[in-house]
Amino acid sequence: MKAYFGRRYSLSASHRLHSDALTPEQNRNAYGKCNNPHGHGHNYTVEVLVGGPVAQDTGMVVNLVDLDALVRAQVIDRFDHTNLNLDPLFTSAVPTTENLCRVVFRLLKESLHKPSQAGWNLEYVRVEETENNFFQCFDAGPQVSIA
Amino acid sequence: MVFLTRRATFSASHYYWNEAWPAEKNQQVFGRCANRNGHGHNYTLEVTVAGEPDPATGFVVDLKWLKDVIEDKIMTAWDHRHFNLEVPEFANTIPTSENIAIAAWKRMEPVIAGAGGARLDRVRVYETAEIFAEYRGEQ
Repeated sequence: MKAYFGRRYSLSASHRLHSDALTPEQNRNAYGKCNNPHGHGHNYTVEVLVGGPVAQDTGMVVNLVDLDALVRAQVIDRFDHTNLNLDPLFTSAVPTTENLCRVVFRLLKESLHKPSQAGWNLEYVRVEETENNFFQCFDAGPQVSIA
Repeated sequence: MVFLTRRATFSASHYYWNEAWPAEKNQQVFGRCANRNGHGHNYTLEVTVAGEPDPATGFVVDLKWLKDVIEDKIMTAWDHRHFNLEVPEFANTIPTSENIAIAAWKRMEPVIAGAGGARLDRVRVYETAEIFAEYRGEQ
């Protein structure tokens, strides 16, 4: 019987929205306060939903200890208390929360391909930047593999 | 198609234990949840139904009616109960959030389907604000 298991995580990070492809004026117009040269930070909430059969012997889709270990290794340890702009994944992509959401989806999806995590599937990643705005990804997008 | 969700909260206790396993394996797999004295949560149940708004009322379903279904099928049976010891469907099934979501679906789906209006789309059960499970019926 297929069911879904969801988990919410917190991470704090700073970012600056700025594109080298735009002029300073265009950057200010596009990103407003988020273009402040010194950056600013958020307490992000990352919500992860996985789906799969409920194992008869455990009653679980996934053991939360395993899911926590995966998300911690791939996402929390990488981004928590960092400047997102300095992460190699954001050297050529502006760390908007749209892009962060997609990056988190890809990082998790790639580790789920390992046989030890067989049986459950990543359904979506939702990243809440503040209480008032959030972003949700259901697929890895056009670029399936990340550097 | 419009999706309508009604939320309800209940408090219950449970523990995780597989009788087919030795105690050591139960403790290893389920950790603190394997404490046979049980522990409790404030659960939040989200019931989502889907349908077209009725042209006469503008309702997908009457929320009062949905509230009564949740009260009758879930609250009276589960609120302030011990899942393992008092709720029949968990006599031989581990009351994980996944299984609680499935059980909530089975309790409510026939009533909602029988009413002939909206269909039950999904049931989500929050065990804490950070941990939840969802069931969408047979897929």
